[in-house]
Amino acid sequence: MPTTRDIGDVILAIKDVVLSFGGVKALQNVSFDVREHEIRAIIGPNGAGKSSMLNVINGVYHPQEGTVTYKGEVRHHVDPAEAAASGFARTFQNIALFRGMSVLDNIMTGRNLKIKCNFLQQALYWGAAQREELVHRARVEEVIDFLEIQHIRKVPVGRLPYGLQKRVELGRALAAEPEVLLLDEPMAGMNVEEKQDMCRFILDVNDQFGTTIVLIEHDMSVVMDLSDRVVVLDYGRKIADGTPDEVRANKEVIDAYLGVAH
Amino acid sequence: MDTPGDTLDTFPRLLLQHARVRPRHAATREKNLGIWQTWTWGEVAEEVRALACGLASLGFRRGDNLAIIGDNRPRLYWAMCAAQSLGGVAVPMYQDAIAQEMSFVLEDAGIRFAIVEDQEQVDKLLEMRAQCPQLAHVIYDDPRGMRHYDQPGVLSLDALMQAGREWHAAHPAFFSDEIALGKTGDVAVMLYTSGTTGKPKGVCQTHEAFIGAASSGCSFDKLGPDDNILSYLPMAWVGDHLFSYAQAMYAGFTINCPESGDTVMTDLREIGPSYYFAPPRVFETLLTQVMIRMEDATWVKRAPFHFFMDVAKRCGADIIDRKPVALSDRLLYALGNLLIYGPLRNVLGMSRIRVAYTAGAAIGPDLFRFYRSIGVNLKQLYGATETCAAVCLQPDGQIKFDTVGPPAPGVEVKIADNGEVLVRGKVLLKEYYKRPDATAEALDADGYFRTGDAGYFDEDGHLKIIDRAKDVGKLASGAMFAPNYIENKLKFSPYIKEAVAFGQGTDRVCAFINIDMGAVGDWAERRNLAYAGYAELAQKDEIYALVRECVEKANAELATDPVLHESQIHRFLILHKELDPDDDELTRTRKVRRSFVSEKYAVLVEAFYAGRKSQFIETQVRFEDGRTGKISADLRIEEAKIFPHVPARKAA
Repeated sequence: MPTTRDIGDVILAIKDVVLSFGGVKALQNVSFDVREHEIRAIIGPNGAGKSSMLNVINGVYHPQEGTVTYKGEVRHHVDPAEAAASGFARTFQNIALFRGMSVLDNIMTGRNLKIKCNFLQQALYWGAAQREELVHRARVEEVIDFLEIQHIRKVPVGRLPYGLQKRVELGRALAAEPEVLLLDEPMAGMNVEEKQDMCRFILDVNDQFGTTIVLIEHDMSVVMDLSDRVVVLDYGRKIADGTPDEVRANKEVIDAYLGVAH
Repeated sequence: MDTPGDTLDTFPRLLLQHARVRPRHAATREKNLGIWQTWTWGEVAEEVRALACGLASLGFRRGDNLAIIGDNRPRLYWAMCAAQSLGGVAVPMYQDAIAQEMSFVLEDAGIRFAIVEDQEQVDKLLEMRAQCPQLAHVIYDDPRGMRHYDQPGVLSLDALMQAGREWHAAHPAFFSDEIALGKTGDVAVMLYTSGTTGKPKGVCQTHEAFIGAASSGCSFDKLGPDDNILSYLPMAWVGDHLFSYAQAMYAGFTINCPESGDTVMTDLREIGPSYYFAPPRVFETLLTQVMIRMEDATWVKRAPFHFFMDVAKRCGADIIDRKPVALSDRLLYALGNLLIYGPLRNVLGMSRIRVAYTAGAAIGPDLFRFYRSIGVNLKQLYGATETCAAVCLQPDGQIKFDTVGPPAPGVEVKIADNGEVLVRGKVLLKEYYKRPDATAEALDADGYFRTGDAGYFDEDGHLKIIDRAKDVGKLASGAMFAPNYIENKLKFSPYIKEAVAFGQGTDRVCAFINIDMGAVGDWAERRNLAYAGYAELAQKDEIYALVRECVEKANAELATDPVLHESQIHRFLILHKELDPDDDELTRTRKVRRSFVSEKYAVLVEAFYAGRKSQFIETQVRFEDGRTGKISADLRIEEAKIFPHVPARKAA
C-alpha cells in the first residue's frame, strides 16, 4: 500500500511500563512509541498483554512503573474520561454498544464529551440545546455517510449483524473526532468481505482525517497490509518492533507464533 | 419567436424552457447526509451550464461521446444534458459491468471523456486505459479516497464545474450558442443493449425519438410538473432514461435520487412518488417482504389482514377500473381501505401513486392483481431499447394481466407471418453505432423494426407477448414450444427464482429450476429444516416436493392453453447453484442466456432425455472478487404430473 501521508513526530511514547495484577505480570518493561498519522499495530499470541496495553493507553489501568508520554507531557493517573477528553477514542474487542438504541443514537453518544448543554436544557430541547444538537447531528451524519451505513440509521443496534455492529462502534469512536484511535481487534469474527470493508475504512480514516491509529489484530495478513509499524508482545514482553517486513523476518516472532521446542 | 432555435425539440432547449417558466420549481432532489437537498430548474440549468462549459474547456466537441457511469446521482443526470448541450452524446453505462464488457463499450464508442461516480469507477477506468488509450479524461463526482490520484486526466467534478464557470464568464454566449446549434435529429443518447446474443450494440436515439416517446407517455397519463418520481434503476437502462430523464425533462417533474442503493425503500416512503416505475422483480420483492412480515404477525393482525385481502381480491381491481361492483362489497372495500390497504400502501411508499408501470419481464397475475386490488394503479408497458421503451401502454380502465395494451399514440405495430412483432414510428432508433450491418438486419424494407418478440393481438386489440421469436420452436409433435412463456409461468411462484425450459425438437418439455433463497429459506426455517447454504437446501426432499407442487400448478394452467398445452413440464431438477451474470449465465438485466446455459449444462439436458434419475455435475463458478472455483453435486431429476388438455372456459 503506497502512502503519501506525512508521518509526523512521536505523539505517544510508552516507556518501561510494568503492569501487574497481584502476582501476574501483564506487561514487563514495555517501551514503544507511536508517531503522528501512522497506523501502529500491536500483535501477539493470546494473553500477550495487547488489550492491557491499550487499557494503559486510555487510562483504564494505571501501570505500577514506567511512563506514558502524550504530546510531550508525562501523564499521571489519567482516567478514561480524561483520556477521551485529551483526544483518545476506542473500540472494544467485545462490542460495547447500547443494543436497544438506534445506530444514530449510538453514534451520537460519541459526541457526549463535546455537548455543553446540561440535562435540563436538553430535555427542553430549546435555544442553545437545539442549536447544539443540530451541529452534532450534522457531524454524526457525516460519519454515517463516511461509513456507508445510511440504510441502518434508525435500526436498533441489537438487530444488526456482527460486522455492521463493529462498523457502528467505529462510527461512535469517530464521532468523538479523536486524534488517536485505539482499535481492539476490529476484524475479529468477520468474514472476508467484511474485513475488506473494515480495512478500507481504517485506511480512509487514517488518510482523510489524519487520525493516528493504534490497533490490535490477530489476522496477520490484515496487520501486514495495514500498518506502518508493528510491535510484537509475548508474555507481557516486547519481542520485536519495526516495519511489517522486519517483524515478519524476526526469529523470535516466528517462534512465538509457531511455538518452539523447549 | 418561432425560430427553429426556440422550438422545444432538444433536451437542452427543454431545460432552458423549464428554467424560464418555472425557475423555482423543484427539478432534482437527492438525500445527502440524511436531508433531502433540492435543486430548482433554474439551479439545474446553471449546473448543467457549468458542466457543459467545463467539458468544453477540456476540449469536448460536437459529436463526442461522454461515458457516464455510476448510481443515480443528480450530477450524472445533469452531465447527460451537458453533453447534449454541446452536441455530444451521453453514453450511460452499467456500473456493475465486469471490466471486459466495460472496456468493449469504451472502445466501441471511442470514449475520450468519462464522468463517473466514485473511486471504484475511476480505478476501473484507469486500469482499462491500457486497452483504451483514447480515454483522456476521467472525471469523478465523489472525492472520497481520491486525494492521492495524480494520474494525468483525472479530475474532480467540482474542479471541472469551477473551470466551467470561469469559461462561461469568459465566453458568455458560448453555452446558448451551442444549444442553438443542436438539431432534433441529432443523436442524444446511446444505450448499449445487454446483449443476450453476441457483443453489446450501441443503440443511437435522437432527441426527436426520446422527446416523442416522452410526450406521448406524458399526455397518455397526464403527467405534469407536479409529479414526483424516484430514480433508482440503472441509468444505462432505457426504462430509467425514459422516465427519469426524457419524461422529467419534457413534463418538468421532479426526480428524486435515493441516498444509496440500500435505502431505496425508506427513500420511497419519504418521497411518496406520484409516478413509479419498477421491473416486476421489485414489486415481487416488496410483496414477499410484506407477506413474510404478516406471517410473523400475531393472529389479531393476521385475521383482519387476510379477511380484507380476500375482499380486495374479489372487488379491488374492479373498483379501480370503475366497473360495477355490489354495494356491500363497495362498503367493505372502503372499510378495508381505511384499515388495511391505506396503511399498507403507506408502508410500501405508494400512498400517492397515480400511475405505476412495470415492464422488462412478464409479471405474475397474482402479483399484478395484488397491487391493483389494494388501490395502486399498476399498469404494464412494452418496449425495447430500440424503441425508447414505448410501444404499447395499458390505458386506465382497460387492464389485463396477460397483455401489454394497445399500441401507444404514434406507434404502428404489425405482426409478421412468423409471429414476430414489428414496430414503426418516430420512437425507432436511428442506427446501431458503427454497425450498419446490424441496423439493416433490424429494420425491414418498410422501415419496421424487428423486435424479436413473438406475440399476437387479442380480440380487444391488445398486444400479447409470448416469447422471444427466435426462442419459439416446435416439439417433435409439431406443437408450438415457447420456453419463456413456460419459464414465466414457473417464475410466478414465489419459490422459483429462475427457470430454464428445454424441449425444442423433442417429445417432452423439461426444466431447470433455481429456487428463491429468501422465500424458500424462510419456508424451510418455519418448518425447522436446517441447511448450510443454497446447494444443500436445493437438494432437500421437502424442497423438491415444494417445487413439484409449483411445477404441477404451472402444468395445470398450461393444460388449458389452446396452443401451448403440449408444453407441460414432464421432468425437472433443481440446480445446485444460482444462475449468475458473473458466470455469463444471465445478462446484466437478468435474462437467461439460453444457448450458453444449455451448453454449459449439456450433461444435465442429456440426463433429462436419457431418463436418468440423477446426474453428477461439476461447474466452474466465479466469485465476486474475480477468483474462480469449482462446485460439484449429484442432482436429482424428478417427474411431474401431466394434465389432460381442457379448453379454457371463456374468461369472466
